[in-house]
Amino acid sequence: MQTSARLLPWLAGLSVLCLTAGGIWGFFFTPDDFRQGSTVKIIYLHVPAAMMAINGWIMMLVTSLIWLIRRHHVSALAAKAAGPVGLTMTVIALVTGALWGQPMWGTWWAWDPRLTSFLILTLFYLGYIALWSAVEDPDTAADLTSVLCIVGSVFAVLSRYAVNFWNQGLHQGASLSLDKEENVADVFYLPLLVCIAGFVLLFVTLVLLRTRTEIRARRLQSLLARERMA
Amino acid sequence: MTALLLRDLRLATRAGGGFGLGLAFFLLVAVLVPLGVGPEPALLARIAPGILWVGALLACLLSLDRIFALDFEDGSMDLLAIAPIPLEGVVAVKALAHWLVTGLPLTLLSPVLGVLLNLPGPGYVWLVLSLALGTPALSLIGAFGAALTVGLKRGGLLLSLLVLPLYVPTLIYGAEAVRRGVDGQGAPTALLLLAGITAGAAALLPFAAAAAIRVNLR
Repeated sequence: MQTSARLLPWLAGLSVLCLTAGGIWGFFFTPDDFRQGSTVKIIYLHVPAAMMAINGWIMMLVTSLIWLIRRHHVSALAAKAAGPVGLTMTVIALVTGALWGQPMWGTWWAWDPRLTSFLILTLFYLGYIALWSAVEDPDTAADLTSVLCIVGSVFAVLSRYAVNFWNQGLHQGASLSLDKEENVADVFYLPLLVCIAGFVLLFVTLVLLRTRTEIRARRLQSLLARERMA
Repeated sequence: MTALLLRDLRLATRAGGGFGLGLAFFLLVAVLVPLGVGPEPALLARIAPGILWVGALLACLLSLDRIFALDFEDGSMDLLAIAPIPLEGVVAVKALAHWLVTGLPLTLLSPVLGVLLNLPGPGYVWLVLSLALGTPALSLIGAFGAALTVGLKRGGLLLSLLVLPLYVPTLIYGAEAVRRGVDGQGAPTALLLLAGITAGAAALLPFAAAAAIRVNLR
């Protein structure tokens, strides 16, 4: 709690800084793409949000495993806290993707492998949050959601690599890797990196903030329970 | 394990087991769709594989909460948990029993409903094959969902929210196999993937489901 209290303002400040810098740089100081026009700028929201949606699930997987193996309570609470944040990221990615797809592909939605697997990931986030809120006993809820998270991570990985598995999709292959010849041009690449850093920081900030809230709620509950016993 | 299988089958087929319910639901879906979209043979022939697969999936979903709920309520589940056979085996047997009373009859009935939906001639073999390969996966995934929600008072709606996303790949490859069979393309590829999903689900999900049941019994 103390470490996170000291870190939080810095993380929050840095994420705001990165997001505003990356956003302004991306939206106002990059040239329009010669084929896509100004719609290319949706990339600064779409790509980082989609990345964090998948990485968020992976983070939940790790914390769930820590909970199942070491029974560390904060770990389960961190997974619980990350759920709604990840859901928000998937929704951002889906909505910006639809807005981008409309002028580019001529459709709001297509049943392409990555879109489909991403939609399933969204449903998994929903089911995960619903399961947390449906089970009353907190330890049972943590156990059950952890098992669900492990099973669901199949789809997180699937939506990460959907483009590599099926060739006929609408998304292109990897274009941000560090070791490839063919990448997004530097003019777009650098602000995108700043935006991605901003989203990562934002995710960490929100998860820390929500985990602190969960810890406080848990403390409050045990205090109330003790008071009732006395 | 055989005794457990026979017991589950007997419970499901006797009065109050809801054995025919899934089948009746499957039949109703196949009747309602032509009434809803209009009885044009060409249109029906095109959407028949998808409708039959969605119908089978929903019929399967209908009876999922029965896999563990009754045993959980009357305490049989506690006895099964301390029985000499591992809980993973119990889950697998119960999923098998569920498949024998829902998936298998659905598979056998599906050609009749294919006639109702005007499924083209070459599609029947692939329809039966794909359902026979795919419905075990539906039962296994369903057993996992049922194990997660067995402790809840009204888990039915949550169960469908948890299970339906997991059903998507099975549905995609199942309907794709039939569609390719109708068009005379390579249906075996989709069938192999379907069999792969079933095999993977049979290998991994009993462990996840047993873990969830242990948590719920605590």
